[in-house]
Amino acid sequence: MIRTEELLLNVGPQHPSTHGVFRLVVKLDGEVITEATPVIGYLHRGTEKLAESLNYTQIVPYTDRMDYLSAMTNNYVLCHAVETMMGIEVPERAQFLRLIVMELQRVASHLVWWGTYLLDLGALSPFLFAFKEREMIIDLFNELCGARLTYNYMRVGGVKWDAPPGWIDKVRDFIPYMEKQLKEYDRLVSGNEIFLARVKGVGQYDAETAIAYGLSGANLRCTGVKWDLRKDEPYCIYDRFEFDVPVGTNGDCYDRYLVRMEEMRQSLRILKQAVEQFPSSGETMGKVPRAIRPPAGETYVRIESPRGEIGCHIVSKGKAEPYRLKFRRPSFNNLQILPKLLVGETITNLIAILGGVDIVLGEVDC
Amino acid sequence: MSEENKREEGRPAAPEQQEPANTQEVAGSEPAGAGAEHPNQPQPDTMPEHSDGGASGKPAEPSASAPAGEGTDAQTASGGESAPAGEGAGAGAGAAAAADPEREAKIKAAQEARAARLAAKAAAEGGAAGGAAGAGAATGAGAADPEREAKIKAAQEARAARLAAKAAAEGGASGGAAGAGAATGAGAADPEREAKIKAAQEARAARLAAKAAAEGGEAAPAEPKPPSPKQPWLDEAVELLKSEVHPEAVEEAAINALAGDMPTITVKAEHWRAAAELLRDHEKLGCKYIRNVTGVDYETHLEVVYFVLNLETKREYAIKIRTDREQPSVPSATPVWPGANWPEREIYDLLGVDFPGHPDLRRILMPDDWVGHPLRKDYVPLDPEV
Repeated sequence: MIRTEELLLNVGPQHPSTHGVFRLVVKLDGEVITEATPVIGYLHRGTEKLAESLNYTQIVPYTDRMDYLSAMTNNYVLCHAVETMMGIEVPERAQFLRLIVMELQRVASHLVWWGTYLLDLGALSPFLFAFKEREMIIDLFNELCGARLTYNYMRVGGVKWDAPPGWIDKVRDFIPYMEKQLKEYDRLVSGNEIFLARVKGVGQYDAETAIAYGLSGANLRCTGVKWDLRKDEPYCIYDRFEFDVPVGTNGDCYDRYLVRMEEMRQSLRILKQAVEQFPSSGETMGKVPRAIRPPAGETYVRIESPRGEIGCHIVSKGKAEPYRLKFRRPSFNNLQILPKLLVGETITNLIAILGGVDIVLGEVDC
Repeated sequence: MSEENKREEGRPAAPEQQEPANTQEVAGSEPAGAGAEHPNQPQPDTMPEHSDGGASGKPAEPSASAPAGEGTDAQTASGGESAPAGEGAGAGAGAAAAADPEREAKIKAAQEARAARLAAKAAAEGGAAGGAAGAGAATGAGAADPEREAKIKAAQEARAARLAAKAAAEGGASGGAAGAGAATGAGAADPEREAKIKAAQEARAARLAAKAAAEGGEAAPAEPKPPSPKQPWLDEAVELLKSEVHPEAVEEAAINALAGDMPTITVKAEHWRAAAELLRDHEKLGCKYIRNVTGVDYETHLEVVYFVLNLETKREYAIKIRTDREQPSVPSATPVWPGANWPEREIYDLLGVDFPGHPDLRRILMPDDWVGHPLRKDYVPLDPEV
């Protein structure tokens, strides 16, 4: 038998398949990984520390830069936390606008994941499809709030901008188009033999492990755990809409893929209802005191971001700035399981597994 | 094991780790600071005009948008031009409705409004002072100047808290503090508790209740709140912790109304490990999922908060462990919930809390050779240039 020598391989931090500045030090025995150690922090900007000297409105743009593929949900979780503490009511129209942008954001975020994941696995063309469709959502956001990625759209008590005339109609037109495209995606990729060979049974774990590791989002649901905060702890106005929470059964990369694909369809389903029920007029900002000073005490709110549970823990001393602000970032928590998943896998599967977790480094490092 | 040892052993990484972090991102994120100085989006050309509404908390606005807000306020107030009412109430609501397109008219309106406000403020002095008698009155007299209102409110809160604390200290076991009904819960049920802890607890609860009442305005301060639907969860967990772990395991227990009635239990550090296992494994609790771990520097002490959850019953708890600031140490929960691994490392890194029992306690966000723990309130960077 041929004896192989242990090889220490450094992956990243500037590796295209690490989706940002993520570094992984792997020990290899031949092609098999014997140990994997993630190294993070390259994008750490001290958001939580900075927030302690900013007022709540000023913190909103910082949340954009955490999970920059899903800035809308980040905006929401901060505003929602402050609103919960202060008992601020958000007007109907603002609630609808928030929900619509958050669901569009979920689709956009999953599209980036879909495109880049397949790119990681060696399929180039899906990336071009995904980014074309995502661009349409980005254009909608651009029209709404003047930014493509870091929206700074929400405020404590509502949203900064009302929808410009005709914007809702554009969203309405986008939904059937996207539904059609999703079918196209399925035809193009979901049954592809090479793709299946790369993801089926790869990076598999069971529900018990997923729960113990505190995974959330598709990483949890792929094991069959039906847990979606939009359904289980409804916030915003999610309890008014019909949608399903897709779950997998095997907990492998393929199930995570299927769950995310179905989530896009369900998001479109929510959007369709929301656009129909969108109030024709109304305020976009609720009654908010001039100085936003949550009462002394603390709160923890959490919502379902495209990557899982994003939470915001505020400790307030009754001042305009938070005494302590902590974000529970789903990518950070989800990534913990990676060393466990990689041991015993081949180096080729590393990329498939890492991509399947769907991380955004801005959020991991915060 | 000393800190250095742990670092040395656990670190697989080569020295490149100490290189300056590269912030280039594939998806093209902007640098963190980019939008920070300008929390408000520049107005895109395609947008209809909005006023800023004053809710954004940014410093003095140029006259072009500030008057718009005030003009709207004046309209919402009952007396047309009686601006003071609008000033308080309309601060946030002014956003969308600012229809006036002409700058000059706006400025003029603002001037008028300001004059009216000054006059009305003088008039309101007497009225607001009278209104300050009851706790709810401060918000009722919303017409008054917000600063003044805040001052009155603060004074009331202070007074209420003082009274409540006194009452609680004197009342001892009877727990007769007015308005404290919401929080007496689990603490009051146990007769063996030390009177001192209890008094402190009740005083705190009373303070919170008084504050909540003062801020709520419409809720009369004397009216006791109905117990939270999550109260039984709290009582049950406290009871189990006392009977199964240690009679002294629980330091404090309360429903946190600000966090959606989160049952919040403060557990003594030496009993935390056993308490964690109980929370996870007991059939009534079954909190197998750890959703978040936060560390807080309260300057007098450090606190680690674990948020645990039962995914089936949706029963959840926030468990707090207080620890000394000089020698902060909290038994690690990672052996119980593997998901606490990185969050605990993050707290170790940023706040300097030691977690004995953690399998791999190293810095996670800051470089390995970093000096100090940035989230400490008294943190001073070693090298201010960095």
